[in-house]
Amino acid sequence: MSAPPRPGRLSPGDVLRVGAAGLRSRRLRVFLSALGIAIGIAAMIAVVGISSSSQAELDRQLDDLGTNLLTVEPGRSSDDKPTQLPDEALGMIARIASVEAVSAVARLPDVHAYRNEHVHPAQTGSLTVYAGRLDLPETVGLSPVSGRWLSLPTADFPTAVLGWTAAQRLGIDGTAAQPQIVVGSHRFTVVGVLRPVPLAEDLDRAVFVGWSAAAAYLGFDGHATTVYTRTAEDAVVEVRMALPRTVKPGAPNEVLVSRPSDALAAKMITENAFGGLLLGLGAVALLVGGIGVTNTMVISVLERRSEIGLRRALGATRGQILLQFLVESLLLSALGGLGGLLIGVVVTGGYAATQDWPAVVPLWATVGGFTATLLIGAVAGLYPAVRAARLTPTEALAGI
Amino acid sequence: MNVVELTDVTKTYPGGVRAVRGVSLDIGYGEAVAVVGRSGSGKSSLLNLIGTLDRPSSGQVRIGGHDVAALSDRQLSGLRAATIGFVFQQFHLTPGVAVRAAVADGLLYSSVAARERLRRADTALERVGLGHRLHHRPHELSGGERQRVAIARALIGDPPLLLADEPTGNLDSASGETVLGLLTELNAAGTTVVVITHDRELAARLPRRVEVADGLIVRDEREPGVVPFAARIGAAR
Ligand SMILES: Nc1ncnc2c1ncn2[C@@H]1O[C@H](COP(=O)(O)OP(=O)(O)OP(=O)(O)O)[C@@H](O)[C@H]1O
Ligand SMILES: [Mg+2]
Repeated sequence: MSAPPRPGRLSPGDVLRVGAAGLRSRRLRVFLSALGIAIGIAAMIAVVGISSSSQAELDRQLDDLGTNLLTVEPGRSSDDKPTQLPDEALGMIARIASVEAVSAVARLPDVHAYRNEHVHPAQTGSLTVYAGRLDLPETVGLSPVSGRWLSLPTADFPTAVLGWTAAQRLGIDGTAAQPQIVVGSHRFTVVGVLRPVPLAEDLDRAVFVGWSAAAAYLGFDGHATTVYTRTAEDAVVEVRMALPRTVKPGAPNEVLVSRPSDALAAKMITENAFGGLLLGLGAVALLVGGIGVTNTMVISVLERRSEIGLRRALGATRGQILLQFLVESLLLSALGGLGGLLIGVVVTGGYAATQDWPAVVPLWATVGGFTATLLIGAVAGLYPAVRAARLTPTEALAGI
Repeated sequence: MNVVELTDVTKTYPGGVRAVRGVSLDIGYGEAVAVVGRSGSGKSSLLNLIGTLDRPSSGQVRIGGHDVAALSDRQLSGLRAATIGFVFQQFHLTPGVAVRAAVADGLLYSSVAARERLRRADTALERVGLGHRLHHRPHELSGGERQRVAIARALIGDPPLLLADEPTGNLDSASGETVLGLLTELNAAGTTVVVITHDRELAARLPRRVEVADGLIVRDEREPGVVPFAARIGAAR
């Protein structure tokens, strides 16, 4: 009596080949059920990618600009009248020990800037005219793309520096030609154009003139409307507490202090709340995709009963049949998963590009997404695969 | 030792149909047997038992010396892979799979490396006269050619026992002739061949005929003077 016969072993390559064979002959169906998975994964990757990219952008901006900038503005009095910052506010703030730099702008609400005298006065282009102090760039972090900031002695003369958006609206792309604009009723020569300022977006639409030029030509009363304060990194909270009392010891409640980096972070958080919804949607799409895979696999097993029978006749064990359909299901959802990853990355990249953000898709999201698809493939394929393996060879060969 | 030994075998299907009602049958190595009988007489049921695709309700089935009842499902799979080749009336070729790959799959579950499987597929296809059609797909072949592909797949592993359930049932007489010719050649080379057929003329050309009626063997006749192959070379495997 000879030894009991042993079933053959499939090499990993054969396992893959046999699993993939079932997909090759049903391309449209495979494409459609992989698409379900792909949409789910793409949605999740895009949500995570976009929020990571916006986080990266925030970090970059905060890095660039620092979280130690505080602004001081006049609030309203207790009887709800507009107030002003006292003239000596700057000096007082500068005297706080951990304050590193102080500067200010003053908004001139009644003064408008135009490209030339022929523009209708109502077409202000939503630009705002500011008187800016000479040390504003160091404090806020302004830098020119073209020309330079206001400096003495020209700041006493009708010269202007434009914020990024203001320059675009006025159609000025450089200072080389010494272009002139009209501010109030005077011609001002543009000596500088600034880069965008993420922490103080108002300043992008600003037309800056010198403090004394504003007084001389534009009827400026000398009251700052926003004071910018740079503090030591570890003293931000402390300085923030001290500022109202320093600026207006008699009426600290008439002083508004804010930290622009907080506002920026808060804005990002509200934008991300939207992401939660999309993430849920992605999960639903994945679930539906998984059901689609199960459905495809159930049909695949039904249609291929006689193939299963043949394989059993050729010597396949139940385990090998189970493995075949499990691998088929895994490949099917892995296909969808890879497609989804690709779409998610492209969407993230595209969106980040339109927003001028760095595109970031975290590794954990990619690995997690792909692992999820494999898990879905395994779960979705298990029931059909078990059914296929349970068929007796004769049942399967009967093919009905 | 016989390659097939059935002792008092019965098969009752769930629902109570008694398809095989007590069959004892020995088939020696190298024999060529035709199984005939009316439709529904139990021929396919008998062949499924011989092919270990099904287990008997009672009685003993020994294939290649192994008692089927003593083997697990895995071991039966191994037995089929090593010992038995099948040819079916419906060919069972997967659409879109080229002839060469389909034949190579005959060795898929026999622990043979992929390259070697393909090499032997080429040889097997040569043997059935389709060496020039390696890359054709089933829909590009005639019925007779498809059945020859199926035979190549059954013989690629050189099984000592080849079972064919109405291999000519879907073919015209010329193609049927070719297929029978192939099976006879295989038998001449030493393979035990068991063929179910409705075609009395075809059956008459095989040296041994077993007639089944109502789940029983009612006749078992050997051509006088025809000696099984194994006996001719004087050695049982
Ligand atoms: N899986 C099954 N379940 C129940 N009854 C079955 C099953 N398979 C076959 N039978 C019954 O068993 C009997 C014998 O069937 P079998 O297929 O063995 O006949 P056959 O001789 O091969 O017939 P044919 O020449 O038509 O192929 C028939 O009555 C059939 O209905
Ligand atoms: Mg039959």
